[in-house]
Amino acid sequence: MTQPADQAVARPTPAAPTVVRQGMWGPGPGAVSGYGGLRQPVIRHRLSPRPLGGWFDEVADRLIALVPELGEDVFEVDRGELTVAVPGRLLAQLARHCRDDAWLRFENCVSVSGVHFPDEPGAEFHVVYHLLSITHNRRLRLEATCPESDPHLPSLVATYPMADWHERETWDMFGVVFDGHPHLTRILMPDDWVGHPQRKDYPLGGVPIEFKGAEVPPPDQRRSN
Amino acid sequence: MSAPAPVTYIAQGGDWAEIAAAQAERADETIVVNMGPQHPSTHGVLRLELELEGETVTSVRPGIGFLHSGIEKNMEFKTYAQGSAFVSRMDYVAPMFNEAVYCLAVEKLLEVEAPARANVLRVLVMELNRIASHLVAIGTGGMEIGALTVMTIGFREREVIVDFFEALCGTRMNHAYIRPGGVSIDLPENGLAQLRSLIEWLHKHLPEYAGFCNENPIFKGRMCDVARLDLTSCMALGVSGPPLRATGYAWDLRKNQPYCDYETYDFDVITWDTADAYGRFRIRQQEMWESLKIVEQCYDRLEATSGAPVMVDDPTLAWPAQLTVGPDGQGNSFGHVKQIMGLSMEALIHHFKTVSEGFRVPVGQVYSAIESPKGELGCHLVSDGGSRPYRCHFRDPGFNHLQAVPALCEGGMMSDVVVAVASLDPVLGGVDR
Repeated sequence: MTQPADQAVARPTPAAPTVVRQGMWGPGPGAVSGYGGLRQPVIRHRLSPRPLGGWFDEVADRLIALVPELGEDVFEVDRGELTVAVPGRLLAQLARHCRDDAWLRFENCVSVSGVHFPDEPGAEFHVVYHLLSITHNRRLRLEATCPESDPHLPSLVATYPMADWHERETWDMFGVVFDGHPHLTRILMPDDWVGHPQRKDYPLGGVPIEFKGAEVPPPDQRRSN
Repeated sequence: MSAPAPVTYIAQGGDWAEIAAAQAERADETIVVNMGPQHPSTHGVLRLELELEGETVTSVRPGIGFLHSGIEKNMEFKTYAQGSAFVSRMDYVAPMFNEAVYCLAVEKLLEVEAPARANVLRVLVMELNRIASHLVAIGTGGMEIGALTVMTIGFREREVIVDFFEALCGTRMNHAYIRPGGVSIDLPENGLAQLRSLIEWLHKHLPEYAGFCNENPIFKGRMCDVARLDLTSCMALGVSGPPLRATGYAWDLRKNQPYCDYETYDFDVITWDTADAYGRFRIRQQEMWESLKIVEQCYDRLEATSGAPVMVDDPTLAWPAQLTVGPDGQGNSFGHVKQIMGLSMEALIHHFKTVSEGFRVPVGQVYSAIESPKGELGCHLVSDGGSRPYRCHFRDPGFNHLQAVPALCEGGMMSDVVVAVASLDPVLGGVDR
């Protein structure tokens, strides 16, 4: 089900740079591994051309029929999973259709997860909703983005009550504000905690490990990162 | 009628006469009880803020996060192979499931499949772990309502299962046994014989739970019609696992979305129709028998595939050494040490590349889900093409299910709160991660 790279096109996110990963054992002072200079472009988002295959086309057509604004260029099929890149303003509407429409019937939002991409200006936060249709035995992923400067997305709790704690966790860990959530408070961290730990710019913490005559820095400051 | 003046109580007391007098003057009988986080019958460090009217619960708010250990954050700084050891520590009552769902996600990203014998071993340890987890659920749940013997015999049987795990991979908990690409270690030399005696032990002792509990009037009095959650509520709250099947709905990811070759095993999905704590107890009890059925099928397959590989045949992914558990419980491979230290510089370089640097995983994101003893356990894994997870998020069933506690408890008796929480079987290590 994976798209060959030449068939896929990069999603036109506003001013998204082609990120170049300089990975482990990269160049720099003291690199003696012999592997300095490994560079690999990272293409995170690919759009899949039609047909998407299997029931994916059915669902995609239905979603477009219900929310025409969605457009054609939002579907990605990767490793047998369908992802819909949803603009934030359409998220609540689309989720309601996903739940209520008899052809979709995704009754269950099993998980909400955030991802932080600091190198994607204007779309630093990706919030990923995993929907499950028990009726049709299908899974669907909705992915919405919001900028770090204005981290707001509509809450899906009105549609999916079970998303309550999952959205609270995403707020706690990433600082994404879910507008309309009944009680958006921290859930895993203490109430008075400062910062959102799962952000990439939030340090892992830790102390250097001391050896006789040498010191190994804490995990998030090692050269291998 | 004016509202009663607010009264401040301090936990350490000392002003009892004042408190009693103030309470006598108040028109209402609302009492706020902070149950937990260290209360023994909240299944770990769970805090429940109860508001009581007499003995009736009018409001309950669960508070979690006391066991938050930043596993997801830490994993972003460790290789994919090391991740297995981290996730094992989340839901520590069912560690094999954490490892399995994580490794299935990694394998989905890599687009590789574990060899057949590795899948048999995975199914074997998962089903044994399911029995162990259900035994803890039934045992501690029984203990909380005074059925202490159920706890003692529950841990006795669990002990036999963790003994088998110890013989298999050297550890009783926190195994890191299931690895991306397969499992870390094949059965030990006398593994099949140990497995046979384990199966016989379980056959002999599992009936005791039914004998102790099923028709016990005190047990039924505490469990029947308590903590009801019907199908509609389960759907609204995203409840899965035994609480969902207790409503009569046969939803089991092992059947509906099979993984690890579950579709080739013969077993039934157990349902019950009472949607209460007793139904969930009966489902767990019968699921142990179904798991035992699967374990016996695994025995036959392991016997037939003896010597087959347990790790994917790809030297860039697979752990370079085939370890065996020594008498000290540590894994080692003297042949491999001899090879890399004395015979082959290339093998040494390869060892360092695979073990220290780790393998790279292509860019993408996946979600894998399996049926853990508690319900749907999911893993959302994002890779940026490097050798460490860019983001790894776990959907623990307990995390989702604790949202249902108010629906289960409000309007009921305070004594039923522990029964309700136990019937959901949350493990806070998994809930908080």
